[in-house]
Amino acid sequence: MKLKLTFFALVTLGLLSYALYMALVVAPTEATMGDVQRIFYYHVPSAWMAFLCFFINAIASIWYLAKRSQTADAIAVSAAEVGVVFCTIVLLTGPIWARPVWGIWWTWDARLTSTLVLWLIYIAYLILRRFSTSGRAPVLAATLAVFGFFDVPFVYLSIRIFRTQHPQPVIAGGEGSGLDPTMAKAFLWNMIAFTFYGLLVMWMRYRLELAERSIEEAHAEKALQEGA
Amino acid sequence: MKAPGTFAVSRSTLAKDLRLEWRSKDAINSMLFFALLVVVVFSFAFDPTAEESRKIAGGLVWVAVLFAAVVALNQTWARELRNNVLDAYRVSPAPANAMFLSKVIGSFIFVTILEVLMTPLFVMFYNLRSIGPLWELAIVGLLATWALVVNGTFFAAMSIRTRSREIMLPLILFPISIPAILAMVWATTQILTGEYSPWFWIQLLAVYDVVFTTVCLVLFEIVLNAE
Repeated sequence: MKLKLTFFALVTLGLLSYALYMALVVAPTEATMGDVQRIFYYHVPSAWMAFLCFFINAIASIWYLAKRSQTADAIAVSAAEVGVVFCTIVLLTGPIWARPVWGIWWTWDARLTSTLVLWLIYIAYLILRRFSTSGRAPVLAATLAVFGFFDVPFVYLSIRIFRTQHPQPVIAGGEGSGLDPTMAKAFLWNMIAFTFYGLLVMWMRYRLELAERSIEEAHAEKALQEGA
Repeated sequence: MKAPGTFAVSRSTLAKDLRLEWRSKDAINSMLFFALLVVVVFSFAFDPTAEESRKIAGGLVWVAVLFAAVVALNQTWARELRNNVLDAYRVSPAPANAMFLSKVIGSFIFVTILEVLMTPLFVMFYNLRSIGPLWELAIVGLLATWALVVNGTFFAAMSIRTRSREIMLPLILFPISIPAILAMVWATTQILTGEYSPWFWIQLLAVYDVVFTTVCLVLFEIVLNAE
């Protein structure tokens, strides 16, 4: 287990270094936005990783509710925490990129707002866990995750309609239309590296969670023995 | 012994809750006073003209209702914690959803009464007159109230099982309710201003109600038995 993790960590490190080189050196500077556009190689992979984490969390939560497996719950916690971190990175790098390019820090656009709402839901999830007793936390949190899962389509749909009925703020330079091949390559490498990185952090968090639980159990057992 | 049916349990629990409320008027009084305060404070904060108030009233009304509903929803289950009624209920053969449904319907009635009582206040303080038809507002009101109350009752049952009972409810209810809040606010604003059709939002609310009522009914027993 430990060996596998170390190996995985080394692969991730290699991938991240290569992706960093691709993003900062190999990829050409964007014509209108300049160097600030390079934040794209971190912004979008982080977003992808955040959504992947939340998806894993939802699946693990349903798994937990169906089977009451401790493994599922440990995966759910790890995924939620790592997801919130990546989502926070998205919400921080977004404004840093938007300010020089759009001239504004934030706009209540559909994608931004949906991401923010998702972030809020998972912050609520973590708070709920924090404030529940250890026995109840998994059940309550998993239930909330199911609500969040069903909420996502409503969030997306409502915010899209809400926004299309109002004038759009000035948006320049969407990256969707025709990416330079070198840029696409750098982007792809960063997507892969970030996926590895995200999974690595999640794996470590998962091991930590298991360790915490066995310590807690040992404490409980000791208290029982002393009491008896 | 034959287990009592859902309908019988719901009816007796609801009757008990309504009778308690009728005699104490705890929930209605605290909600109403709270909502009144919100209306007054917002009125000072924004000081709107009749035209402006038509545009912001949708938001104001629902924010006031939302906050007031949280005050009442926090009390729905607290009563059942005293004397361990909830634990007794769990060991009884009565269906879990019967209790949940009666609580939802009870809160729905209280919040609807609150809205009916608040409407004249809003009309008075904000000099409000709707351009769109009133029956549409009534539909929005019923669907939106159900959306808040069904999830609110569920999350209240969750939050009484946490350490910081009263604080927890809004923290989990508000993020999940964002689409519903958006829908109720914009449906109301569009009816009041008469500028756009509110029907997309009304449909969204209806689907939201159906989906989350189902989710609540499927998951309630799990939450009730969480240990």
